[in-house]
Amino acid sequence: MPDRLPIRKTYKLFIGGAFPRSESGRTYEAEGQNVARASRKDVRDAVRAARGAFPKWSGMTAYNRGQVLYRLAEMVEARSAEFAQLCDGRAEVEAAIDRVVWYAGWADKLAQVLGSSNPVAGPYFNFTVPEPTGVVAVLAPDEPTLLGLVSRIVPALTGGNTVIAVASEVRPLAAIELAEAIATSDVPAGAVNLLTGSRGELAPWLAAHMDVNAIDLAGADGDSPELERAAAANVKRVVHGRADSQSPWEIAAFLELKTVWHPVGQ
Amino acid sequence: MAELDRTQQHAPAPKDWTYAPAPESRDVVRIAERYSNFVGGEWVEPSGTYATISPSSEEPLATVAQGTDADVDAAVVAARDAFANGWSELSGSERAKYLFRIARILQERSREFAVLESLNGGKPIKESRDVDLPLAAAHFFYYAGWADKLEYAFPNRRPRPVGVAGQIIPWNFPLLMLAWKVAPALACGNTVVLKPAETTPLTALLFCDVLRQADLPAGVVNIVTGDGRTGAALVEHDGVDKIAFTGSTEVGKAIQRRLAGTGKRLTLELGGKAANIVFDDSALDQAVEGIVNGIYFNQGHVCCAGSRLFVQESIYEPLVEKLKRRLTTLRVGDPLDKNTDVGAINSAMQLEKIRSLVQSGVDEGAEIYQPPCRLPEKGYWFAPTVFTNVAQSYRIAQEEIFGPVLSVLTFRTPDEAVEKANNTPYGLSAGVWTEKGSRILWMAQRMRAGVVWANTFNRFDPTSPFGGYKESGFGREGGRHGLEPYLTFDGEGRHDA
Repeated sequence: MPDRLPIRKTYKLFIGGAFPRSESGRTYEAEGQNVARASRKDVRDAVRAARGAFPKWSGMTAYNRGQVLYRLAEMVEARSAEFAQLCDGRAEVEAAIDRVVWYAGWADKLAQVLGSSNPVAGPYFNFTVPEPTGVVAVLAPDEPTLLGLVSRIVPALTGGNTVIAVASEVRPLAAIELAEAIATSDVPAGAVNLLTGSRGELAPWLAAHMDVNAIDLAGADGDSPELERAAAANVKRVVHGRADSQSPWEIAAFLELKTVWHPVGQ
Repeated sequence: MAELDRTQQHAPAPKDWTYAPAPESRDVVRIAERYSNFVGGEWVEPSGTYATISPSSEEPLATVAQGTDADVDAAVVAARDAFANGWSELSGSERAKYLFRIARILQERSREFAVLESLNGGKPIKESRDVDLPLAAAHFFYYAGWADKLEYAFPNRRPRPVGVAGQIIPWNFPLLMLAWKVAPALACGNTVVLKPAETTPLTALLFCDVLRQADLPAGVVNIVTGDGRTGAALVEHDGVDKIAFTGSTEVGKAIQRRLAGTGKRLTLELGGKAANIVFDDSALDQAVEGIVNGIYFNQGHVCCAGSRLFVQESIYEPLVEKLKRRLTTLRVGDPLDKNTDVGAINSAMQLEKIRSLVQSGVDEGAEIYQPPCRLPEKGYWFAPTVFTNVAQSYRIAQEEIFGPVLSVLTFRTPDEAVEKANNTPYGLSAGVWTEKGSRILWMAQRMRAGVVWANTFNRFDPTSPFGGYKESGFGREGGRHGLEPYLTFDGEGRHDA
């Protein structure tokens, strides 16, 4: 018998900045732990939280959003030993941290790279700016478990979207650890929501949800066609993200372009 | 004279002035009795046909092809062939020269096209002559210049053409929508199968003669006419790499569903229910002109039409009075008459839809106003209409009418205006009228819409990206951004937004 019995963690969901159990009361066993098995109603709550957080997160200055993301990198770095236990090791954790830092630096450069001033044939000032699409659902890939999740949610966040991510079903622990880092990073409550459970059960609800603006099917496996079909209900932007890419176009996939006209005159 | 001027300032708008008819001559355009499909540079005899008419007189203009699956297949095969055997390999600067030629020929033959557009679609000659045609030519000229500069538009991304683009366009701006679709597709090195709208095929068919004059290689642009079945055949064809659709949200969703899991690229430019927001400090007379242009331009057959007018409460009465008075001066009638402001409704089906939605407005309790105007007996007509006393929940405030029908609502604060304006599944465009600069930018940031017109409305330009948020679709047409849907980039994830 050990001198002291360690305190185990209860693995819960991350919705609206809080860590609730699934409203369904269900869990499943993954990586040797009992993990919350989210339900349709948890999806509903997460979408509501993400929609509620959208004005705050998208309304921040780009500089501020970049700093918050940088703070997230700091928090992951501080927990890197724990993260290394939950993914393929230290190298993956370091790659994930560096990726967050790389995206943090993009927040206040997107408009300059993706936007434009348009020389229309008339007395008008005309410019185009990128804006976030809104609420984004992400089906995280199974591999690499931490880097894949980071690679899919951080580009969406960088552009000012709020996110509901469904963690890898078989390796969900890194996602929950990440939720804890996010919760201490000045990311507004609800800007990121992480659900664990059966992807096959949760994904159709997210794909069909009328208040979700875009869905990333990176971890959808063979279910893509059905999810794409459901996504058409509200003309969702469907993104087939790559588990391990790092590019400003990954951010652009979750952006709209707004063009503003104004007359020029005396 | 001074006395007369003073009284005129306050007199109601004259109602009994009669204009002498000023019709544009039809001689400039020669319409064939019968048109086939344009496939592989040849006119290919179709198996089925239908008559296309003039909506202002209901007179038949020509017989055109009802494209079948086999017709669409032949067109896609021709486009694939042209893509593989020359067009995609051609240098950007040579592609550019074809597009410059097309732009020039459209300019040279613009009156002919304008008359045909007004005849077949019902829009006033003033608009087809001064808006549709100049913009269509400008679009080809603009994208011509991009064809050999794609590496600069997308540095480090190695842009390549997608392949064969299937393009389905609406009846409200038939030739202009053709230009929006065809010009960027060709500039990027794609080949095209285009399906014009069922009711307005003639300018697209005349465009084939422009392609002949420009010596465009056979099969680079193919045109198959027909109704929704023809469009569906194009969407479903395995040889098509990309679909670009402009039309209703309902059909757009059906296309998105149909393409699920196919890996085909897609862009959608769909419906709208734009808010046009007038603050109490705006220049009222200019705002009234903008409101009128916003909803009665092209009979309101405009996806980005300013169909929901939000007026700040303190100026509601004077503004609505000015608006109603302005409506009495709109001239509704012969699309070919140079004085006509509002032409014919595009089709019997569209007229029926407008009537039924207007009836719903009356039934739900809104107050209807239509200026006194005599509508021609033959053809499809609908008087410019304003609804006041409209609640946000009424169908006329929620659904796209696509006709000359305006719903007027009110607001008190900027926050309330934002909330009401964004209270729609659509997000194509918005208008803001105020003399306060900081408020314009504040409002522009908050409109969930792809185009925001401040102190103006319904402006278009080939350099200016156009497209929607939310259920108004995804992808942009116009500008550098309008190239992207027609290019693939090595090593990148797939998305269409």
